[in-house]
Amino acid sequence: MNETVNTVTIWVVDDEPGMCRGAVRTLNGWTDSFTDLDEKIVCDVLSMESGEEFLERISTEQPHILLLDGKLPGIDGIGVLEQLHKRGISLVTIMITAYATLDKAVEATKLGAYDFLAKPFTPEELRYAVHKAARNVILTRKARQLEEEQRKVRFNFISVLAHELKSPLGAVEGYVNIIRSRQAGDALADYDHMIERIGVRVNGMRKLIGDLLDLTRIEAQTGKRNPEQLDLRSIAESAAELQNESAAERNIAIHLKIGSELNITADSGEMEMLFNNLLSNAVKYNRDGGSVTLSGVKAGKNIRLLCTDTGIGMTEEETGRLFTEFSRIKNEKTRFIPGSGLGLSIVHKIVTLYHGSISVSSVPDEGTTFTIEIEDT
Amino acid sequence: MSEVKTVLIVDDDEDFLLQQQVYLEKAGYQVLTAPGRKEAQLLVEKEKIDCAVIDLMMEEVDGGFVLAHHLKAANPALPVIMVTAVTSETGLNFGTMGEGEKKWVKADVVLAKPIRYEQLIREVQRLLA
Repeated sequence: MNETVNTVTIWVVDDEPGMCRGAVRTLNGWTDSFTDLDEKIVCDVLSMESGEEFLERISTEQPHILLLDGKLPGIDGIGVLEQLHKRGISLVTIMITAYATLDKAVEATKLGAYDFLAKPFTPEELRYAVHKAARNVILTRKARQLEEEQRKVRFNFISVLAHELKSPLGAVEGYVNIIRSRQAGDALADYDHMIERIGVRVNGMRKLIGDLLDLTRIEAQTGKRNPEQLDLRSIAESAAELQNESAAERNIAIHLKIGSELNITADSGEMEMLFNNLLSNAVKYNRDGGSVTLSGVKAGKNIRLLCTDTGIGMTEEETGRLFTEFSRIKNEKTRFIPGSGLGLSIVHKIVTLYHGSISVSSVPDEGTTFTIEIEDT
Repeated sequence: MSEVKTVLIVDDDEDFLLQQQVYLEKAGYQVLTAPGRKEAQLLVEKEKIDCAVIDLMMEEVDGGFVLAHHLKAANPALPVIMVTAVTSETGLNFGTMGEGEKKWVKADVVLAKPIRYEQLIREVQRLLA
């Protein structure tokens, strides 16, 4: 296991020198483990005698955990908490109290105190209180990291999306300018190919936006999911129907090997998206005259789907980045195949929704097989 | 009348390729197009070209750089224009101004995408003058 060791700084603010010494002795250099969080900490303790000294210091640096005596000679514990509150500093604070009253405790909690430790306490009690506080520190840090990562992923997604929409828009704009200024001649026929290309790029954009909406719908799960008893054979048949035209153009045969008794309780929209994307990829990345075989069988309480094509295939390196959003395998063979780069992300998200798994095996120039298992919910 | 000059355009975006071709032909050049580095290299073995316009972002990521390098190595006098979306996409800026850059950017001119076609024509005309 690869545990990280992080230093947790603890400041002790207490006017009794014996208290400070005891806390330093008990905690400084003490290591603690959080096996469930895969984390180890080592404590670094600093003591101060007054609230004033603490407030002076806090303006330049901050500890992770504060052990704060409630009864201090100058500004008292509550006063310190008020100051922190005013300055917008939030520390995981353990109040040390000699005569804990409920009123004081409520007031301190309102001001952000995390825990209380009543004097006198044993070293074990102190360590236990710090253990709880450190756990809170770690969880807060982890939550913040996760949030930051998600923010980056979202930002990245939007940048790529903007680019993916910008290029077809640029292409269409370019053609419009050419046509407007009659760059290629005066006859309308001179522009037939360009007008055709405008149509292709606009369709690509529409497909991208459609896929994007599908993806968002699955992710947000705002659209009502409607699980019902579905006959997978008929879903596969309609998906094949949608691909018939493009398959026939290139003489690609689609074989469905799904028995009529293969049922699943699932959302029909999601199953359609799954089958449409699988079959459309298998046709798109096929060779002329090739074939696609989609089979489905019951595997325990799961349904196993296999989609095999006789297409261009992929290298191992290429299959590795297949499920990333907007990741399209770019090479000479895929150059003229249009796609949004979202199809397999959609497939992957749906499979996850059904507690399933997806794997791919592929041989360049021979073909690709996607194996999907989904749970019959 | 001077002979018609031939411009090679290399770009993996077929629309962009066609659009550049339209403008350059209108400006009086003969145009050859290639969708990738390999096709471009095959073309230059057979045909004589007077200028190359190369898109940087081709399938091999650095395909544009490599191609420019090869073309310049075979014929240092060949004018090469590099077209790139790198600047608008990554903010990374490079050109042909610095001495250091001249060592690795084997191009006479770098144009940022989206390019203005009048500017492309002007640069081609200037380099072929």
